[in-house]
Amino acid sequence: MQVADHDTAEEVAKELGGFLERRREQLAQRWADAPLFRTVFTVSRDEAVEACKAVVDALADVARSNRLEDVQAPGFGTVRDQLGRMAASRTQAGFSSSQIAGEVAGLREPALALLRTEFEESSAEHSEACLLALTVLMGTLRLVVMETSVSAGEELIARQRLQLLEVATPVIKLWEGIVAVPLIGTLDSARSQVVMESLLEAIVDQRARYAILDITGVPTVDSLVAQHLMKTVAAARLMGAECIVSGIRPAIAQTIVHLGIDLGSIITRAGLADALAYALTEQGIVVSQGPAQGGSPR
Amino acid sequence: MSGLPATPASSVPVLALGDVLLVTLQGELHDGTAEQLQDHITHRIAHHPVPVGGVVIDISGVEIVDSFLGRILAEIAANARLLATRTVVAGMRPAVAITLVELGLTLPGLVTALDVDRALSLLGRAPSAAAPAHPEGDA
Repeated sequence: MQVADHDTAEEVAKELGGFLERRREQLAQRWADAPLFRTVFTVSRDEAVEACKAVVDALADVARSNRLEDVQAPGFGTVRDQLGRMAASRTQAGFSSSQIAGEVAGLREPALALLRTEFEESSAEHSEACLLALTVLMGTLRLVVMETSVSAGEELIARQRLQLLEVATPVIKLWEGIVAVPLIGTLDSARSQVVMESLLEAIVDQRARYAILDITGVPTVDSLVAQHLMKTVAAARLMGAECIVSGIRPAIAQTIVHLGIDLGSIITRAGLADALAYALTEQGIVVSQGPAQGGSPR
Repeated sequence: MSGLPATPASSVPVLALGDVLLVTLQGELHDGTAEQLQDHITHRIAHHPVPVGGVVIDISGVEIVDSFLGRILAEIAANARLLATRTVVAGMRPAVAITLVELGLTLPGLVTALDVDRALSLLGRAPSAAAPAHPEGDA
């Protein structure tokens, strides 16, 4: 019985593939009117029909290879990109994942209707098996769409995280031998690692004696952030540079004291200007007003 | 083999530049070698013909500093301090500094410098000591 079942399953899958191929045109015409395709391909209906045909071809291919439940089936490879684009454009239109899944499920009804008319004269058992196979296949399609849309989202997040790391940590040379890092945003482990690395590289490149860490743009300082700061300061000191932490707002100063974090070993200044003034004075550089009418110190 | 009789042999050369001892570490340093070096430096400071003004340890050629070598460096500095000499560790690479900090070894007792030049000027010994006072004549 088992063997016979398996045998017919393969036959049914083959037959389903044949059906999809035969009814390719009709099915594509019907799907093109479904909201999923209609709203994505707004330019022309022909474009939507073409896209539908590609999807039908992919499904027929998967059915012929008898991998109805296999999301990784090679047949899906050709339309994966396209499905991903469609899912992405639906997401941008403000649709949730479950709504998109519902729209993909909506493609099943027209296909089932076509299949019923096709197998009207064959035995009830046989058409039942074909319907079941088609349902399974459409379920797999839905899964593929969800998978591509989710992985597209993950790629986007990963790329943006990388961009954020690169953008958010510039090391600026303020003066001969003085570099500064204006920190903006929350300081987590990954970011503090990047800050530390780029700061140490800059210390070597610029032959800096003083490094200023400005935390004006850091919204909150908890014990973890303080620990990251202390690590950065310690690493800079091992490189032979002195670190100054500046831009500690009154609220943050209070938080640090409340948390009992000991920053006693670190030189701190209220603002970036104070830190720069300290570093200049330590190097014996005096900045004074010019003889002309009170030009600002550079 | 160095010529000084009371000195333990060490595979790391210790150069005397005037009254400053310069030690350059290269590549991987075995634990035994590091201990020998510690011994060697201490003896050299004690038996140097003129009082030693400072010890500079250049570790720019060292890729890996583990907790053992970190401790040895701190101990060399402590030994030198007991013998009235200052020690400066120069040229630590960024990757090494990060590793040490992640290991929790911030080596608080150690004086550090960016390179040997800076270390010598820190000890007040280099010809370039006065150089960076006025980088951009602006006063």
